[in-house]
Amino acid sequence: MFDIKDLYQEIIVDHNRNPRNFGIIDNADKIIEGFNPLCGDKLKLYLKTEGQNIADISFDGSGCAISVASASLMTDAMKGKSINDAELLFNSFHNLITNENGADEKSLGKLAVLAGVKDFPARVKCATLCWHTLHSAITGDKETVSTE
Amino acid sequence: MNKKSNIAEIQNQTEGFDVEKIREDFPILHQEVNGKPLVYLDNAATSQKPKSVIDSIEKYYRGYNSNIHRGVHTLSENATEAYESARIKVRDFIHANSTKEIVFVRGATEAINLVAQSFGRNTLGSEDEIIITELEHHANIVPWQLLSQQTGAKLKYVPINDNGELVESEYKKLLNEKTRIVAVGHISNALGTINPIENMINLAHEYGAKVLIDGAQATSHTSVDVKKLDCDFYVFSGHKLFGPTGIGVLYGKEDLLEKMPPYQGGGDMIKMVTMKETQYNELPHKFEAGTPNISGVIGLGAAIDYVNKIGLENIGNHEKQLLDYANQMASEITGLKFIGTAKNKTSILSFTLDGIHPHDVGTILNNEGIAIRTGHHCAMPVMEYFQIPATSRASFSFYNTHAEVDVLIEGINKCSKVFN
Repeated sequence: MFDIKDLYQEIIVDHNRNPRNFGIIDNADKIIEGFNPLCGDKLKLYLKTEGQNIADISFDGSGCAISVASASLMTDAMKGKSINDAELLFNSFHNLITNENGADEKSLGKLAVLAGVKDFPARVKCATLCWHTLHSAITGDKETVSTE
Repeated sequence: MNKKSNIAEIQNQTEGFDVEKIREDFPILHQEVNGKPLVYLDNAATSQKPKSVIDSIEKYYRGYNSNIHRGVHTLSENATEAYESARIKVRDFIHANSTKEIVFVRGATEAINLVAQSFGRNTLGSEDEIIITELEHHANIVPWQLLSQQTGAKLKYVPINDNGELVESEYKKLLNEKTRIVAVGHISNALGTINPIENMINLAHEYGAKVLIDGAQATSHTSVDVKKLDCDFYVFSGHKLFGPTGIGVLYGKEDLLEKMPPYQGGGDMIKMVTMKETQYNELPHKFEAGTPNISGVIGLGAAIDYVNKIGLENIGNHEKQLLDYANQMASEITGLKFIGTAKNKTSILSFTLDGIHPHDVGTILNNEGIAIRTGHHCAMPVMEYFQIPATSRASFSFYNTHAEVDVLIEGINKCSKVFN
């Protein structure tokens, strides 16, 4: 049995209540939508890139606490990162919440608070929606990302 | 908020109805989930199965598993007898005239698709109109959208009001001589609203339209009389009626089914096949191509026996008590908003909590051993109307108790604590 507080840690509750980087970037050069048809979570990512760097990033949409906090934390972590670093972080995060052996939590910083999600398999997609959306925005292969 | 009173104990034992005794019939209820006793409140998604249903299926597979309608050997005769006697049970359960009107299908979804394709596609044209409602489950929307695309017939929706009730005056405006089919749910799966189907059927018939009633949410709560209703088609699923999954029923008036072409071709639906042509079997077998879900039908028969033994009136009374109690307790929770407040409704408590997404509510309750449904409930137009992405839905059955309502309420309060 898991303590529900392992999932809903204070940082997650806070980022859900006051999501960072929430809103539209007017001069975004990439806008991509993510959608989870199972629960109806919708998310839009706005990216402003400068060369190989993410100069600015924001999101809007609606979703559960896990998906909103995850997007808030992710956008915080991505600001100023190179696209290459962003992809590396994407892989580390994915390992964190799917791989029981865990990931390099140090490199993930605050993002590691979402580690509790791995004990709630039904919620993994909530936490990864924004990441898959970002991944698609970077690789540019789809206009809308679906978790299904 | 902890009103675990003696009243709850007394209320569980209204005359002739002992919920604790009934719970003994359901093996699945006696387990722990996440270290807590299971509180199963997702009955609108699927109901649990009494021992008698599980036993009937096991008895078939252990004792007389065999194909039906063709063998001359004893096992086949026994299987055929069990299969066809279940059809009689269904006929009596919904008060149909004849077993010819009872077609076994995979579920309510398949039954609606069957009617849309076999009846609708062969009778509708681009000038015709189909009426459904904003309250429908996707199973009673998408088959009609497909039919509309195939035939060019226009699809119209009866709107709902803030209580989640159909607006009857608008329904009357939508009806006209072009209306060929009206398809409406008996009871809403998302909100529990009981629709005024008797009146709707009568009005549709004034324009010569045929009416399909989606009874998926109804047969486990209320008695159904298709003759009295005078509906043209009535569909339901076995698994929501304490029977197995993968079995359901299409009721259709005999003269309509007689005129409709088969939905699928195959074995058992034929009288004679030559290389040139096929003579179809009689009703209801014309619509039952291939080896059917024999164990499912037998299990459904056992489920109907069980429901008859408990009595739909007793079931309805107990569920109403549970709903009233849950409503009263939930109304004291700050930030809780009821979605679906129809005057006439079944035991569904659909709600939202201020600032807490239903998905999070579902996870927190699950951690307390409570199973509810969260999401759009396959009724996205309903969510669209209320401008919400999802709700949390607790749906009660006759084996639920007042004490379980208390656990639910405590669980909801815990959600607020986690987020504050």
